[in-house]
Amino acid sequence: MSNIVISLSNLNKSFGKTQAIDNVSLDFKENEFFAMLGPSGCGKTTLLRTIAGFETPDDGAVVLQGENITALRANRRPINLMFQSYALFPHMTVAKNIAYGLEMEDLSKPEIDERVADILKLTQLQKLAQRRPDQLSGGQRQRVALARALVKKPKVLLLDEPLGALDKKLRGQMQLELKRMQVEAGITFVIVTHDQEEALVMADRIALMKDGKVAQLGSPHELYERPNSRFVADFIGTMNFFDGYISGKKITLHNGLQLTGCNQDLAEGVDKGSMAVRPERISLHSQQPDNVDNCLQGTIVDMAYHGQDMNVHLEMDKKSARILVKISPGEAEAQGLKLGEKVWCAWSAQNARLLAS
Amino acid sequence: MRSPSKNLLLVAPGLGWIAMFMVIPCLLIFTLSFFERGTYGGVDYIFTLDNFVRAMDPIYVGILLDSIRIAGTATIVALLLAYPTAYAISLAPRNKQTTLLFLVMLPFWSNYLIRTYAWIVLLNREGLINNTLESIGVISEPLDILYNEFAVVTGLVYNYLPFVVLAIYASISKLNPEMREASEDLGAPAWKTFLRITLPLTMPGVAAGAVFIFVLSVGNFITPDLLGGGKLQMVGNLIYDQFLSARDWPFGATLSFILIGIMMMLLFGQAVLVNRAQLDNDKTHSHIDDEDEQSLPAINTAALDKEKSYA
Amino acid sequence: MPSFSLSALYMNIHLKLVYVFLYVPIIVLMVLSFNKAGLPTVWSGFSLEWYGKLFENDAILNAAGNTLIVAIISTVLASILGTLLALGVQKAKTNSALDALLFAPMIIPDIVLAIALLSFFTLLEFTLGLHSIILSHVVFNIAFVCAVVRTRLKNFDYSVVEASEDLGASSFTTFRRITLPIIFPGVLAGSLLAFTLSIDEFIIAFFTAGAGASSTTLPMQIYSMIRFGVTPEINAMATIVMMVSFTLVFLSQRINKGITG
Repeated sequence: MSNIVISLSNLNKSFGKTQAIDNVSLDFKENEFFAMLGPSGCGKTTLLRTIAGFETPDDGAVVLQGENITALRANRRPINLMFQSYALFPHMTVAKNIAYGLEMEDLSKPEIDERVADILKLTQLQKLAQRRPDQLSGGQRQRVALARALVKKPKVLLLDEPLGALDKKLRGQMQLELKRMQVEAGITFVIVTHDQEEALVMADRIALMKDGKVAQLGSPHELYERPNSRFVADFIGTMNFFDGYISGKKITLHNGLQLTGCNQDLAEGVDKGSMAVRPERISLHSQQPDNVDNCLQGTIVDMAYHGQDMNVHLEMDKKSARILVKISPGEAEAQGLKLGEKVWCAWSAQNARLLAS
Repeated sequence: MRSPSKNLLLVAPGLGWIAMFMVIPCLLIFTLSFFERGTYGGVDYIFTLDNFVRAMDPIYVGILLDSIRIAGTATIVALLLAYPTAYAISLAPRNKQTTLLFLVMLPFWSNYLIRTYAWIVLLNREGLINNTLESIGVISEPLDILYNEFAVVTGLVYNYLPFVVLAIYASISKLNPEMREASEDLGAPAWKTFLRITLPLTMPGVAAGAVFIFVLSVGNFITPDLLGGGKLQMVGNLIYDQFLSARDWPFGATLSFILIGIMMMLLFGQAVLVNRAQLDNDKTHSHIDDEDEQSLPAINTAALDKEKSYA
Repeated sequence: MPSFSLSALYMNIHLKLVYVFLYVPIIVLMVLSFNKAGLPTVWSGFSLEWYGKLFENDAILNAAGNTLIVAIISTVLASILGTLLALGVQKAKTNSALDALLFAPMIIPDIVLAIALLSFFTLLEFTLGLHSIILSHVVFNIAFVCAVVRTRLKNFDYSVVEASEDLGASSFTTFRRITLPIIFPGVLAGSLLAFTLSIDEFIIAFFTAGAGASSTTLPMQIYSMIRFGVTPEINAMATIVMMVSFTLVFLSQRINKGITG
């Protein structure tokens, strides 16, 4: 049972007519990697800035280890923020940038030097200590920004779109690197990102936000496998949706086909909804298979080779949305799938969730 | 792609004009400073360095130093007034900033003489300020605030303040606001953030504004002439006298030469300051490739093993 | 952002005081111009008397006419030369010597330029008059127009020129139908700027005008009026001149803004 390091309760914040944060309550645990995910405008950055102290909520409280810090100015909070643009001080060397925050703590010079040296070692920046920000690459600047925040040993480290400015290859490396750092530093990292893949890879828990509210809170696995709404299902990964009328665990599509899902936790009286199935959970067959919960026939209208996967697009009928099936290229070859061919696709009820519209 | 010869055609008339009506005349007066004054006020083409020697005379050096002192005072006052103004404007909502700046600049675009004249009206012994102060009883005798150094400094500050505000504002507005936030986030109180982050990073704007007002004040002729009442001599007045009253053109040319020399040094110094600061307030990525980076340390993936399998 | 209340308050007051400082002299002059008594000491009623006297003053009208002639001609010349210069320079490599040359007319102390030109003209035994003023004004106006147009050219997408040529247009046609219309707001703004500067310019005109009323410009007239005898007509004159300048600058801003948005 891990302790809670930060607790947000009933936070509200509006800018003019826009409600940026709408009655949000969240708890951040000690030593966890937490991601706030969502499309732009969902309020995640505002929330991050509120925790950091750069926005004051209209009401609600921010509590840090039992202490209410809502009224505390940013420079008094033992929380540090790594800015999206890194905000390195251009007129200072790497070492001076890192030392800056420690100088604000009234530490002795030898102590500051020691801690700076330690963090330089941890982040592999020793050789760059006397360089200025404009003499560093993007990835190096990011490490300096990280070092500058971590050296202060904050209770929580906030990161605003930390990997946004990096190129794709470096991003993959840095995702794992950040994870490693969080584990080594032993403190809570809270990142804000719009990239769902990034959140899935790095986070222990994710809060997916929409319009100032938390749409779903859970582990990456939970959000991926058991989305609680169409928005969540659609945002995370790719998803197939079959629209129709729901009754119990069954859904009747517009063309009359009936499918069976695995859940029945829809609100009372909800009847319009959709079935959500992941592309990789659908199997393809040349003949109609027996002993399956759900199957339907479709025509292959597109096949896209993606190296590891083959994306097969099927069309059930003119009125319905296309179905995306992900199989391995080997399987596609074995089945001899061709464009224009009619095939059967099938999936179990276990892999199909019913969601309200 | 436009041919180089066509480019030359475009550029030639304009540059030619500048060369003919600025470069050459300026070179001309510099060469004049090496010649002697003719008996009746013309120029005797006899090479001499006497003019430079004469310029070293304490009287003239004194006037130069006075000019520097007055210009310096005006500069400092202007900076003290301009910085908070520029800062305040930068804090205003975005859409209001242009209007605020425009309102600051507007007086700058009116006639220089008229702006200076307005202060004669205000600072006069029977002027508005004295009148107001006397009528509300603060003073019993009118203050002597015209035709002296105070008036000249006031006039200089008044005339050049808008531009100094603009120059400083330009620097402040380029500052990434996240710098201030980062400083605050790292624990710095507001005044430390200002002293260690904002001020150093806005130095180029401050330098540009300072050089502007100083340079234009040192060589100024109108303001000391009108607001100094003939009692105050600055380098500008001196040069004017040499050319129009004393009719000693070579000496006037020498003084101009010295004046320009001082200005050049200041402008050069300012350019050096800007270069040295190496400021890069942009958010764009640097020119150094990440591929040149040393590889990151090996990562213990076993430690990261969680229930992430999607099977 | 949580505001630093004390310093924010100070800055607010400071800003307002600076605006007061900047505008009180101007407003005082304007108000005075309508004061029947003509002196700042006593207000004896609203009057347009001084404006009337202004328009009967031949010397002033003459000077105003001269100023307009100088301003219009020098602006037209400077706009053409300055625009061409900007276009030519745009494609050249960044050259600090070139930049220095382009900025020099704007930063050189006007008295130095004034006497340099006077010496130059005298040496060439060039007669002085309105024409010498015009020649001189063009010098610094070229630099200003060039600077303004160059700023507009920075955002100029050169590929439209290439597209035009690709579609078969000659260089001249491309310039006339593509380049010029696009940069026109900048040219216009620069011209208005040059016009305003020329109208207000005193020192260079003073030195290069030579003797005689036929080449006295308005600033020169104002100078002698201030120097040698303050009559209340000056206030009316000042007000009119200021209103004209303000209107021109305002227009210039509007034009430039209207395009960049």
